[in-house]
Amino acid sequence: MTGSTIIFYLLAALTLVSGMLAVTTRMIFRAAIYLLFSLIGIAGIYFWLQYQFIAAIQIVVYVGGIVVLIIFSIFLTQQTGEKLPKQKIGRKVFSALASFCALALVLVQIAQHEFVITNGQFIEPNVANIGHQMLGVNDGGYALPFEVVSILLLAALIGCIVIALSSKPKTA
Amino acid sequence: MIEPGLYHILFISATLFFIGVYGFFTRRNLVTLLMSVELVLNSVNLNFIAFNKYLWFDKMDGLFFAIFIIAIAAAEAAVAIAIIINLYRSHQSIDVEHAEELKH
Repeated sequence: MTGSTIIFYLLAALTLVSGMLAVTTRMIFRAAIYLLFSLIGIAGIYFWLQYQFIAAIQIVVYVGGIVVLIIFSIFLTQQTGEKLPKQKIGRKVFSALASFCALALVLVQIAQHEFVITNGQFIEPNVANIGHQMLGVNDGGYALPFEVVSILLLAALIGCIVIALSSKPKTA
Repeated sequence: MIEPGLYHILFISATLFFIGVYGFFTRRNLVTLLMSVELVLNSVNLNFIAFNKYLWFDKMDGLFFAIFIIAIAAAEAAVAIAIIINLYRSHQSIDVEHAEELKH
């Protein structure tokens, strides 16, 4: 057992335990903080896999952007310190049962499946290679999806402003 | 404990996915529903990166899918929070049970 293995299991435990707490705790602000730790754990797994670029994106976008946005919306819409109402026990039991059965099915399928490994040359996933393929217009380039995502982000930006704009009371 | 590989990461991401699904079933508050969706999206990203790392290391397509999913998730979260704030303004509540009509 090496140090790398221990770090992997620690990151996995951090991700799963804080993810579990994020969906079960009744304090909504704590749920956001547990979600933060779960996302950091996933970023750690990306670092462990030596995909540094995607780990950095994960930290910048999720931890720095989405979780902060969620915390802001909690402050805007919720009385802080107030617990969420209790759920019906039947709903909890049946949800847990359904999720657990589906999880067991998927785990059995994964464990039985034999994956085929490619025999190509290893490509280093560094920023130079990613940039060349991301903006490439040749075969395998991702220039068109990149532009489409830019348009989507612009549309989302305008949509957010329009939706959240305070509507003036109509004059009769 | 054995050396972690592809199967370990797939197990973790499947577990995280169904944790998110459980949260989606039980939660009744829109912000916490959004958190569950984020967990589900992250588990999918983890799957893409694991397949790219262990099975198709001669391409970077899994990496690009993960990057695009992150970009779309950011847009989705922003729009969802705009809708939640608008709903709170008209209903004074973000419980899904209270939001039965789309227009107030």
